[in-house]
Amino acid sequence: MARETPEVNGGSLADIAFLLLIFFLVTTTMDTDTGITRLLPPEPEKDQETEVKVNKRNVLVVLLNRSDRLMVGGYEMDRLDLKAKTIEFFTNPLNNENLPEMEETEIQFPIGSSAMLPPDGIWRGRVSKGVISLQNDRSTTYGKYLQVQNELVAAVNELRNNFCNFHFDMDYEELNTSNTIEGEIHDGIRKIYKMNISESDPKNIGGRN
Amino acid sequence: MSKFRKKEGKGLQKINTSSLPDIVFMLLFFFMVATTMRETEVQVRVKVPEATEVKKLEKKSLVSYIYIGRPVTHVERMYGTEPLIQLNDKLISDEGIPYESIQDFVLFEREKLPESDKSKMTMSLRIDENIPMGKVDDVKQALRRARALIINYSARKEYREKGRQR
Repeated sequence: MARETPEVNGGSLADIAFLLLIFFLVTTTMDTDTGITRLLPPEPEKDQETEVKVNKRNVLVVLLNRSDRLMVGGYEMDRLDLKAKTIEFFTNPLNNENLPEMEETEIQFPIGSSAMLPPDGIWRGRVSKGVISLQNDRSTTYGKYLQVQNELVAAVNELRNNFCNFHFDMDYEELNTSNTIEGEIHDGIRKIYKMNISESDPKNIGGRN
Repeated sequence: MSKFRKKEGKGLQKINTSSLPDIVFMLLFFFMVATTMRETEVQVRVKVPEATEVKKLEKKSLVSYIYIGRPVTHVERMYGTEPLIQLNDKLISDEGIPYESIQDFVLFEREKLPESDKSKMTMSLRIDENIPMGKVDDVKQALRRARALIINYSARKEYREKGRQR
């Protein structure tokens, strides 16, 4: 009868693995980075004082005062109503004279990409000239400011997504920009619904404490 | 005699632990895959706000981090309790608007990127939700001056019920 080979003692293997596990638990983090990406305006040239004339109806002033209260277009407003207000501002569905001017525009989409567009792939419609001016006080809390930014971005995203759903039967989010056709669709939609949010230079606005 | 010994050996039965290493290794691999290495020690307390429209930051190599928050306990002794700015792993304690520190920081980080990616450099702003905007505005002004224009306001994903969304 052949002698059995002695088994290697595997009892400490568990300890080693636990040690490694605890090392990884300590040195790594779970959080993935998520956030809202925005573009800052470039700093103006020194000698060039740009005073762009904008029609009053084309501007929606969103103001956050130092006690974190929100004023939109001259009226106090709840944060959750801001999205609907922004959508109304950017679409001006009833051609209201107090809402922004709409400009007749033609935008070329890839031919044959949508059944909802004419055969030449050109979308003809109204594009808003509206600009949202976001202002805050130096004492506004950042959390509140980001919530307002979020509502504004949400409004534009919803408009883009609706357009994309209606014309291309797909979510705007799902457009793959490395694909040429989908990239063109993506850029086209961005031209129709622009993220026109301007932030003024910081100043003290004041407000009740 | 032999009968007696046999009885004693049977008294305590050992639990078979041979599968324990397998289980632990499985856990280990899960954590290795699901987590990322912590690169910097954050010396300010940051609780980022919640938002619904957040997107994942895709290319980690293009991202530099700016933290703004009140210092953690062991840093408090040196710097006090006023909000501080941390650039990647360096705390700065400038008075006024930190133009120079941020300019240097941006140049340094931009230098590390390959030529083709220099214009895509993203600044991730991880800012505590209770920080007053004054400090944030200062940083934004400094970033504008340093021409680092792509910024990302770090936020956690907020799930909102449809009914609440007006």
